[in-house]
Amino acid sequence: MKQLKLTFFQIMVAVVLIGLWHVGTSVKIPAGVWGAKAFYPLDPFFFSTPWAVFERTFRDFYTGVIWYHLGITLLETTLAFFIGAAGGVLVGFWFARQQLVAAVFDPYVKMANALPRVVLAPIFGLWLGLGIWSKVALGVTLVFFIVFFNVYQGVKEVSPTVLSNARMLGMNERQLMRHVYWPSALTWMFSSLHTAVGFALVGAVVGEYLGSAAGLGYRIHQAEGVFDVTGVFSGMLVLSIFVIIIDLGVTAIENRLMVWRPTSAASQK
Amino acid sequence: MAVDAPQAEAVALAGMRITFGTNERGAKAFTAVEAVDLHVADGEFVAIVGPTGCGKSTLLNAAAGLLVPSAGSVRIFGQPLTGLNAQAGYLFQAEALFPWKTALDNVAIGLDVAGVPAAESQERAKDWLSRVGLAAFGGRYPHMLSGGQRKRIGLAQVLIRDPKILLMDEPFGPLDAQTRQIMGNLLLELWNAERKAVLFVTHDLEEAIALADRVVIMGAGPASRIIGQWKVDLPRPRDIMEVRLQPAFHTLHREIWSALRDEVVKGYTQAERVA
Repeated sequence: MKQLKLTFFQIMVAVVLIGLWHVGTSVKIPAGVWGAKAFYPLDPFFFSTPWAVFERTFRDFYTGVIWYHLGITLLETTLAFFIGAAGGVLVGFWFARQQLVAAVFDPYVKMANALPRVVLAPIFGLWLGLGIWSKVALGVTLVFFIVFFNVYQGVKEVSPTVLSNARMLGMNERQLMRHVYWPSALTWMFSSLHTAVGFALVGAVVGEYLGSAAGLGYRIHQAEGVFDVTGVFSGMLVLSIFVIIIDLGVTAIENRLMVWRPTSAASQK
Repeated sequence: MAVDAPQAEAVALAGMRITFGTNERGAKAFTAVEAVDLHVADGEFVAIVGPTGCGKSTLLNAAAGLLVPSAGSVRIFGQPLTGLNAQAGYLFQAEALFPWKTALDNVAIGLDVAGVPAAESQERAKDWLSRVGLAAFGGRYPHMLSGGQRKRIGLAQVLIRDPKILLMDEPFGPLDAQTRQIMGNLLLELWNAERKAVLFVTHDLEEAIALADRVVIMGAGPASRIIGQWKVDLPRPRDIMEVRLQPAFHTLHREIWSALRDEVVKGYTQAERVA
């Protein structure tokens, strides 16, 4: 009942917003009411119309044009996520176990993380060309730091009692890694997974936007270049749907792997 | 009052001093325990009682090899202890189970890391789960179990490795009074079946007398020492509830408490002075 109510209100938000959009772009304010000329509160040239956006989106899927671009963006996102996450896990573990290394690199890690990644995009374009790899590289620089900080924290924050217990139960360094540090780091990593996947996508789309010949970012950029607002909104719509589907997938994986966690067990209800 | 050191000593702490705080920040050094001589015979159940902050847990950590004493020696079955004490099982006061493993896997882990084949370790873990009365809970994760159940799992996790020495640091501290008694009886039952040397730290004198062969009283910290030892000549097997009704229990309790009371008061005044 509560869930039903919630869903109802969630849908209502969309209905109201789209309704306002629709009315604003289709009902003309007559001449003399507000100004000398009749006009639309939201000019369809700048705001398009909901109907046109849905129609364009449907047509793109129906004719199959969008699938190719969606596939490219998905490929870039996936590669960026896995390469970035693997790097973050490895370096996170390494730093957490070698305090000296962590201390030496600490200022550089902070500097690199503070750098706005968008400024790197042209550099990656220069180094790696306009194909998918410059976009993957941009996504990797975003994903890497999120996963790295979380794994580092996860390894460092293992309960000292659990660690002592593991040692007293006869675990050697390798077994500690497998039975204690790794599961602990995994929890922290999963708590950041939604963010990490989101950033992988941001990297891919921004990279495409700044220079490419395929992908959703490219499509949006092309539409903007010819003042095709309908195309821009349609691209944004596809992007949002895409993100929600990916996020559902991440949640499913998380619930599967984190059964032992009290919070995830509670949210499965 | 003094107790003779028995022949086969499982744990022998001699002239031990443990000092903390000598770190690079130059914090003032803090001596937890001083000049401690403690001998535990094979198969003997020794309880250490003392006021809060007297360094009882520090002694256990030294016997476990988790802590290197600043002075003095630790011998385990006559051998000087280097590194971790592989003959000892340690039941911690705080939560020490692996939250990401099921109860069954938590119990089996000690055998798994020792290289016992998975089928055998699972089988023996199931056996231990039923011995601690949790046969039906093997598939649960620690957060799904109550505090008392988690302690039972912890006990099985430690005992499955068949340690010669059992170190227990206020293991039943966070539990309610009834659960503590049930856990105490379970511990005695398991210990009666297979007698190990036990070093049991508690702040509860009644619990100490009811469980142990010998009660060791430590003075208030810092630099606390052992201020007295009493043999508990109550018949075994005991029931924690019934043993408390015996006159001998009361006599002993009164005798030990009169010595302990002064130390407890001293511990409080010292704590207040610091605060």
